[in-house]
Formats: sequence, C-alpha cells, structure tokens
Amino acid sequence: MTKPTDAAPRDASGDALLICKLLAADPKRFGGVALTCGPGPGRDAFLACYKYFTQDQTPLITVPSHVSVDRLEGGLDIAATLAHGRPIKSQGLMAAASKGALLLQSAERLSIDKAARIALAMDDNHHTPFGLIACDESREDDEAIPAILSERLAFRINPDQGIATLKAEGSLPKYITAAADAVTLPEKIEKALAETALMLGITSPRALIFAFRVTKLHAALHHRKSVNEADAAIAAQLVLAHRATQMPVEESEADDQSEDQNKESQPESSDADSDSGGAFADRVLDAVRAHLPEGLLAKLDASAFARQGHSGTGAKATKAGKTRGRPLGARRGDPRSGARLDLVETLRVAAPWQTLRRRTQPHRSGVLVHKDDFRVRRFKESRETTAIFVVDASGSSAIRRLAEAKGAVELILADCYVRRDRVAVIAFRSKSAEILLHPTRSLQRAKRSLAELPGGGGTPLTAAIETTLSLADQVKRTGGVPLAVFLTDGRANITRDGTPDKARALSESESAAKALRASGIKSLVIDLSDRPEGAAKTLATALAALYLPLPHAESHIISSHVSVAMKSAGAGR
Amino acid sequence: MTSRFPFSAIAGQDEMKRALLLTAVDPMIGGLLAFGDRGTGKSTAVRALAALLPEIKIIDGCPYHCDPASTQAQCATCRSKTKPKTRMMPIPVVDLPLGATEDRVVGALDLERALASGEKAFEPGLLAAANRGYLYVDEVNLLEDHIVDLLLDVAASGENVVEREGLSIRHPARFVLIGSGNPEEGELRPQLLDRFGLSVDVRTPTDVATWVEIARRRLAYEADPEAYAAQWAPEDAELQRKLVAARKKVESVILSDQILERAAALCLALQTDGLRGQLTLMRAARALTAFEGRKQVTLDDLKRMAGPALRHRLRRNPLDETGSQTRIDRALAELFG
Repeated sequence: MTKPTDAAPRDASGDALLICKLLAADPKRFGGVALTCGPGPGRDAFLACYKYFTQDQTPLITVPSHVSVDRLEGGLDIAATLAHGRPIKSQGLMAAASKGALLLQSAERLSIDKAARIALAMDDNHHTPFGLIACDESREDDEAIPAILSERLAFRINPDQGIATLKAEGSLPKYITAAADAVTLPEKIEKALAETALMLGITSPRALIFAFRVTKLHAALHHRKSVNEADAAIAAQLVLAHRATQMPVEESEADDQSEDQNKESQPESSDADSDSGGAFADRVLDAVRAHLPEGLLAKLDASAFARQGHSGTGAKATKAGKTRGRPLGARRGDPRSGARLDLVETLRVAAPWQTLRRRTQPHRSGVLVHKDDFRVRRFKESRETTAIFVVDASGSSAIRRLAEAKGAVELILADCYVRRDRVAVIAFRSKSAEILLHPTRSLQRAKRSLAELPGGGGTPLTAAIETTLSLADQVKRTGGVPLAVFLTDGRANITRDGTPDKARALSESESAAKALRASGIKSLVIDLSDRPEGAAKTLATALAALYLPLPHAESHIISSHVSVAMKSAGAGR
Repeated sequence: MTSRFPFSAIAGQDEMKRALLLTAVDPMIGGLLAFGDRGTGKSTAVRALAALLPEIKIIDGCPYHCDPASTQAQCATCRSKTKPKTRMMPIPVVDLPLGATEDRVVGALDLERALASGEKAFEPGLLAAANRGYLYVDEVNLLEDHIVDLLLDVAASGENVVEREGLSIRHPARFVLIGSGNPEEGELRPQLLDRFGLSVDVRTPTDVATWVEIARRRLAYEADPEAYAAQWAPEDAELQRKLVAARKKVESVILSDQILERAAALCLALQTDGLRGQLTLMRAARALTAFEGRKQVTLDDLKRMAGPALRHRLRRNPLDETGSQTRIDRALAELFG
C-alpha cells in the first residue's frame, strides 16, 4: 500500500524521526548520521529520540574530538600497568560502542589519523559493529567532517529544523532487520535510484548501497514485503539529496559553465527500460529536488573544486611536532599520544627514586617506573608555507597584463611544486573578491582556476585584502605559514561597500593593508601597471611588502624572489 | 570468520582488477597505485584478491611469517632453526592508516614487556605484518612525508632495519604495495610514484546498470556472506587456477629480442625516469601473457601494458595538463603505427 503522505516532500522533523528509527534499528547498516548544528535543543531532541528507539539497549558513547587514538582503539593502560606491575589492557571506545553508536563531538575538528582509524573499523567486517553520530559544527567553508568519514555516513540532517514537532512515539518492531533483509527490491526501483544518483553527480556507489538499504528497511517498517515508490523517494531524499554535486539536468541548462566534469555522467534514460521506468526516475528526482541543499547551484558555480579540495581532513595536517623535525630535547609527557618515548631520559628521571619506591613496593622486581617519569622527545618542525595569490582581474590592470601575471604565477607554482608548498588563489574584480581555490597542493587545480579567471570591472582592493586576511588567519589556525602574493596595479576604485569612489577606496585599502601587516603576514606585491612606482608601490609600503614591478622583472626573477620570501616565511615561524 | 566479498563479484573496474591480478602473478612487478574517486571498490578488491590467492606456508610462531622454503628470505631466528614447525595461513593484507606513527609502522620497543618485566623486546610493526602479503595504503597522497620515506626504503630493499631505542633488528619485509588516493587532494612525490609498479585510474562507473549491479551485489553479499561467496566460488576457483598456472609459467614466457628492443624504444621516446619503468613494462607484459595462457609476449601485450606501467613515470611538468595516457598513446602510434 502506498501512503500518499510518504511521497510528498517531508518536513524536517519527519526526516529526523525516520533517521532515528533507521539508525536505532541497525546503526552499522547505515554508517550513521552527520548532525549539522551546534549543541542545543535540536541535537538534544534528536539524541533523545534516538535513545527512545534504542530503548537504551545499545550503548551511545560520547567521544570528544581530541580523543587519543589509544582511547579509540584500546590498548595498554599505562597507569594501571605501572601500578600493578603487569600489563593491563583498557577497552577502546569503538569496542565499547559495539552494536550501538559513537557520538562524535565537533567532528570537523577530528584529525585525519583518528578519522582514518574510525573509517577502517567501520569497514571491517570483523570489527564489532557500531554506528556514528557525528556532530558537524563547522561554520566556515574550510571546515568539514573528514571526507573519509562523511562518505561512510548515510544521512546528513540539521535537527534544529523542525525540532518543535520532533516527537518520538511508537516503537520499532522486533526483528526489523531480518524483515528488512527479506524485503524484495524491484529492478525498476533499483534503476531509478541509480539514475537519480548519477543525475545528481554523485560519484561514490556507496551512496546507492545506502539508498538500497534505506528502501528495504523503510518498507519493512511499513510491513511491506516489497519496496515501493514511496520507499525509494524517501531513500533518495535522505541519502542522495545531501550528496548532490550538481543540479539535475533540466535545471542546469542556465548554468553552462558548471563544469565539464559533470557532463559525462548524465545518462539518457536507460535504454532497456521502458518509458514508465524513466518517468518513475523523474518522480524520484522530483522528490529529491525539494531536499537539495540550499544554494547548491551558487556553490557549484565557483567553488566546485574548492569544495572537493579540502575533503581530506577537517582539522588538516596540523603538525603536532611530535615525530619529526629538529630534536628539541625531552619533556614530561604521555608516550601514547603519538610522541616518541625517550627511554634513557625516562630511566634517568626514575633512577633517584628507586630506593624510596622499593620500600613501598617490596615485592616488585626491576626498575620501578611511574607514569610521571615518562619523558617524550620533542621536535621542532618547520611549518608548511601556503602561498596565497591575490590576483587583480579588474579592467584596469587585467586584460592587458593578466596573461603576463599568469605566466609569472605559473613559474612560482612550479617552484611550489618542488618544495611541496600549498597554494591558494583569491581573485578580485568588479565588486568583490572571492576565494577561487582554497589551500591545496594540487597545482593543476591552481593552474586551472587561474586559466579560467575572467577579467574586467572595477578594482575592489579593500575586499581583496580583507579576504586575504581571513584566509591567512585560517592558514595560521591550521598550523601553516601564510604568504600573500598580490598581483595588482594597486589602483583601488571600489570601496568596501561596493560603490565606485576612488579616493575613499584608496584610503580604505591602505588601512586594510595596514591591518594585514599588523597581523604579521608577509607579503609581496607584483606591480602589473605600465608605469611602476605608482599606487602599487604605495600598497607595498602599507603592507611592508616586497615590491616587484612586472615590466622590469623577468618572470624567473619574480619566481626567485617569491621563493626567497617563502623560505624566509617558513623559517620565521 | 565471515567470507570476504568474492573477487569475481566486483562489478566493473576491469583495469584495476587485471592490474591487481598481474601483481599477484609476478610480485616483482611491485605494487599498484589506484588513483580515483572514493567508494569505487579499491579496498574491497585488494582484500578479495588476497582471499583468492592460495594460502602460504609459514614458519609457525614467526612474527614475520617467514617462508620455510627459502632461507634467504628468512629472519635471523628462523634461519637458526633446523626443523621449524610450519603451518598455512592466508595471504596477509595490512592496512596502513593515515596518521600511523613511525613506531607502529616499523615496530618499536615493546612497551608492555618493557614496563612489566623490564625486558627489551621488539614489537613488530605493520611492515612485519605485511611481509609476504599486501600493504594497503588508502589516501597514500595524504601520507606524511616521513612515513613515505620509510616505505620507500623498505619497499626497495625488502628488508626492515630497525635501529632505535637500543634495538638493532632487521627482518624481511617483502610486500606488494597497494596505494589509493584522489589526485585532486594532493600530489605524490615522484620517488614514491616510481616505487609502484603499475598505476590505474579508477573512475566511478557512469552507467546505471553497473551502479545497480554494484549495490545489488553488495546487498546480496551482506544478507548472507557465506552463501554469496559460495555462489561465486566457481568463478573464483577458475580465477585462482589461472593465477596459479600463470605463476608457474611466468618465468618461461618468451620475451623476444625484438619485443625487448621495442620496449626500450618506447621508454626512450617517453623519457621515463630510470630503468624501473622498462623493467616493469616487460614484467607486466610477461605476466599478462602468462595469465592469458600464451607462451610468447606480443607487441599487443606491450601496448596494453604500456599505460599502466609507464603512466606514472613520465617526467612531468606539473603544469602540463596533457594526460599521461595521451602521451603514451601518441608515442605508441608514432613508434609502432
């Protein structure tokens, strides 16, 4: 039986309720859910609802993002081992969450190594099964749950929406998972879901597997033996919609430049299938449309690459300075948190206490080491440099000189490749500045983003400097050293609020430049104007930047200047 | 132990599957680099392949699972034993997770025993566990440089040398390195690229039928792993038979001088770095010939393996966007018409 209400666009509370049910029934089967909201009533209501359906029968283990790998996986309990003189193991959190779920707080801050361990355990059939409820509190574009994890979560929802009506009632039927396994999935629906996934530009077949599982369990929840259209629509809404990377074909026509990558993945309605199948796929697609994330189209336009770019990690490669670099000597610490134990130093610390300790523990043999004695090695690490290219694509400088500037940047890029620095690209023209490329090591993408850069319009220098400042702050936060490379003629003529007023624009840009300088970010100005020593020189002075006029500088000279600047930025810490 | 997903049941990804099989026919080819999207079955394929391969005979109790048949490749302890006890075990597949510590990878002082009994003992790491099997590195391009350096050394020498914390240990670590990753997220150092024998681009299939098949097979497998494995057992058994036969024959496959010259000409034309490319190309072509049950390497075999064997070794201008495959195709067309 089809319940008409099921096929209609569902409200958020209905989604949350259903996700709770599905997860409670079998967390392992769906990987888990990403909750995109901060702590608050929404999250509480969702968790309460989840607990209601599990009836507190399965564990829900809270894991802070700074958890150590050790605690996650379990291992030797050093304090207890030392106290008892024999190895004592502690159970890891993942094992403790067996058959239940891990509640991951601030999942966007989780470092890649922990994310990788969790992902590995989720994939492993032999590991005790657990689901993941990951709280994604990211506010800015550069933060996200590590892709390696979000890929493995079937659902993504903001429980703050529709919280007022989120009410847990009823209960899960017994043996629901067995019933779900027995549900049949007609080929027509399989195909429709696959088509939908492809049309949304989803690249991972995992999404489809999740969708299949949702249809079956949803059908079982409604006591059906076979999956119907309503189940498929719901699965598409819950699993496929939030993974969309492109708008379905019909709507994307206006958006031609929205990436060649997508074009190949748009299948014509499948040949073997009759038109009824195609029409059905359309209905599933329609159901999904209402659930597509807001502003998807806008995001796809410029930042499609950027979005994928930092999918690697949330917390990025923040260097802890524990395992590499120049040795700095030893200090007290826990050898399990990834640091190397300095054995000699540890014994040296423990030695004077042996007589005393022997008195309290006469039965023990060997050296008596306490946890406080541990000394770990410390290393000083040179940090990674990120070159932020701020490219003026305005009418005044661009058009004529942009090509030359691109040439210079490419040389610098090749140099970055050798040193394995990261690069980011900000472009500014007409009224605003935008980040074309978030910090990345992929130079092909840097080059592509430059090549695709259109020119023309005013020179919103202030906006550019401010965008640079915020990006540089992000880089600093993740442990890198930013270096700003401005390619401009410095003739600002657009004010902060986007109105053309040359005098005000210049004074604003100067104060913005001073702010950038005050925050201690090294910069370099490459003057694109025909007559150097003008506005760009003033900008360079305000920034305390290295000034290089392009007309007189050969590309390779610029490149060598940048590389010197980057080296000193890296060494300066 | 639940059955692994059967190798034959992996839908699509033919190039990756074939490359994996070839690394099994001749481990000297030296590993596989699979670059591409997530969720395309890379990890599943590696695990399935290991399950497909016949079990190996090992010296019982050896942490490095030494081969009783070859004293050369044994660790010091095994070499000193006169009549070691042996047992069979499945080919090991070891995951090297991102962020793994150096200690975990190469092995370190056994803290447990050091603390509890004051004994100086070596706790073998992932490299030891991977000896004679597969070392799988997901997101290999995000691996930290110092771990990469470790892998480079060990992969080249087949031996893990530990000199730290008063330990001085060397043990065999011969493994087939399988790496995967997404090139959009970062490049791989040329040195590491060169250590991989073959490379394939794994693309997400773009046709509905394959997608449906992937998800359908996965669900069928999960519903009843044993029954599903049994259902595919004949295919897997046939594949295993071919593999074992190919392994026996691979050394006797004829590589004519003419083919060798052509391989050399191709590598010269493409200006590949070092000789490793040419060696791998010949090994891969030989393994392919053996796998397909033929006796002599043909030009066609060479052409088919040129892509996977050389693609990642071309001296690359990071800013040149011409695909490596295009350059290889062009060179092939120019040289051999």
